[in-house]
Amino acid sequence: MVDAPQEQPSGRRRMVLNMGPQHPSTHGVLRLLIELDGEIVTHCQPDIGYLHTGIEKECEVKTYQQAVTLTDRVDYLAPLSNNLCYCLAVEKLLGLEIPPQAQWMRVMLTELTRLNSHLVWLGTHAIDIGAMSVFLYCFREREEILRIFEMFSGQRMMTSYFRIGGLALEPPRGWEKRVKAFVDIFPSRVDEYENLLTANQIWIGRTKGVGFISVEDMLDLGITGPMLRAAGLKVDARKDHPYTSYEKFDFEVATRTENDVYARYQVRIEEMRQSTRIIKQALEGMPSGPWKADAPHVVLPDREKMKTQMEALIYHFKIVTEGFRVPEGEVYQVIESPRGELAYYVVSDGTTHPYRVHMRTPSFGNLQATPKIVEGILIADVIASLGSMDFVLGDTDR
Amino acid sequence: MIPDSLREYPIAAAVDRFDSESITGGKHDRGEWTIEIAPAKIVSVCGFLKYDEKFVRLSSVTAVDRFPAEPRFEVVYHLCSVERKQWLRLKCRVLGSEPEVGSVTSVWRGANWYEREVFDLFGIRFRNHPDLRRIMMPEDWQGHPLRKDYPVTGSRV
Repeated sequence: MVDAPQEQPSGRRRMVLNMGPQHPSTHGVLRLLIELDGEIVTHCQPDIGYLHTGIEKECEVKTYQQAVTLTDRVDYLAPLSNNLCYCLAVEKLLGLEIPPQAQWMRVMLTELTRLNSHLVWLGTHAIDIGAMSVFLYCFREREEILRIFEMFSGQRMMTSYFRIGGLALEPPRGWEKRVKAFVDIFPSRVDEYENLLTANQIWIGRTKGVGFISVEDMLDLGITGPMLRAAGLKVDARKDHPYTSYEKFDFEVATRTENDVYARYQVRIEEMRQSTRIIKQALEGMPSGPWKADAPHVVLPDREKMKTQMEALIYHFKIVTEGFRVPEGEVYQVIESPRGELAYYVVSDGTTHPYRVHMRTPSFGNLQATPKIVEGILIADVIASLGSMDFVLGDTDR
Repeated sequence: MIPDSLREYPIAAAVDRFDSESITGGKHDRGEWTIEIAPAKIVSVCGFLKYDEKFVRLSSVTAVDRFPAEPRFEVVYHLCSVERKQWLRLKCRVLGSEPEVGSVTSVWRGANWYEREVFDLFGIRFRNHPDLRRIMMPEDWQGHPLRKDYPVTGSRV
């Protein structure tokens, strides 16, 4: 607990302000205990755990395939990123080869998820600072992305579209046209957002020079993702340890050096443009072929085969009722989620249920550094700094 | 003593030269290196790995409950070297009754919340941790939910 307000020599007392857990600017159920001296924050203590639902414990009682649906709910603004990380980890344990079409489709949909997440970030960050119209424009674009997800998987948010072995369903007829229409218009929309914010004197005044934390502190305290890149460190798991065919795509890692809220805004805008570039490349070069791996013990057979062939029926029955066995071992799969470094630590004991699944989520690491960033600055700057960290409480608390 | 499985790994050799009694096991599996460290040596080995071998980032601290095998808990650390783009897993086996291990917050401040989470959900205490209290569960919660003998569903009577 924060100490009781004390009488200062000048006769002023410090005020303890409880920000949250219900607060529009904390991006979820985060509670910050802020001790204020006038408008300056002298002490800050984050209190998390309000959204803890025991997802890691739940994963231990589900089969490997069932646990994919739980991973959507961890970071609910980038559900496909979490699906991807978990599926890659289990596929590494199994030693499965994923066909190229499934890999490229995964890249394309993961980048659409990155756009989804960054659009929500930009909209909510801008509205916290006061730029209310940006929120509605961002959600207009996000609506089209959610419709594309619905076209693929039937679900707008909790898609669970990636399964162990490839995709859940065959890509729907007409997906190329929808994605192409989106990708053709999106760069001009990003220009629109930049028109509203980048040279806007109020935006610059609220965000330039705010929210500084040194690179050594960031590395020591566990911050990852766009915050590191806005300080000049070119760290991106898509380039450093490429997964699911990212090495075949041509894109830049956005960096800046100023290390403030404005730089983080610029990094994420640039990431949106680079993601559009990747989606275009995936669209133009999408390989044809199977969309799931050739592994009858793990991957469900096509429904027509299941209804006509005996072996397919038996495999389907065994996979659905019992689940497939994964060889013993452990894997730490790292990917670049929109918020930073996301890693799944999956431990298998040779049975059909995971023994332990630990999610190393970027928001947990980023939030830990909140006191370091926030202490000593004005309370209005706290809102801008929190927004630039781009955390999500589902990601933090699991 | 460095096991055969780690003989070709230069980091393991360096740790062995730093403290020949620290390594108790290890493996190289599916492209990932794991070194098992004696619990009493974990803080000094982590300091060596951060400052001498440049594993500047601690990615996560977590635990696995191997109930009913003893030593019951495995405390697992994942380290990252940003300049070499390398990852390393360290493991520490801790006994089930009154489990305790040294805190690495003196090496990486970012271990703070991760160790609090392990304390909260597994009950493993970390010596010299600046602020060891529950983080996810309410402060007055009894029990440690991620242990294998803790039920998945149910109501408290």
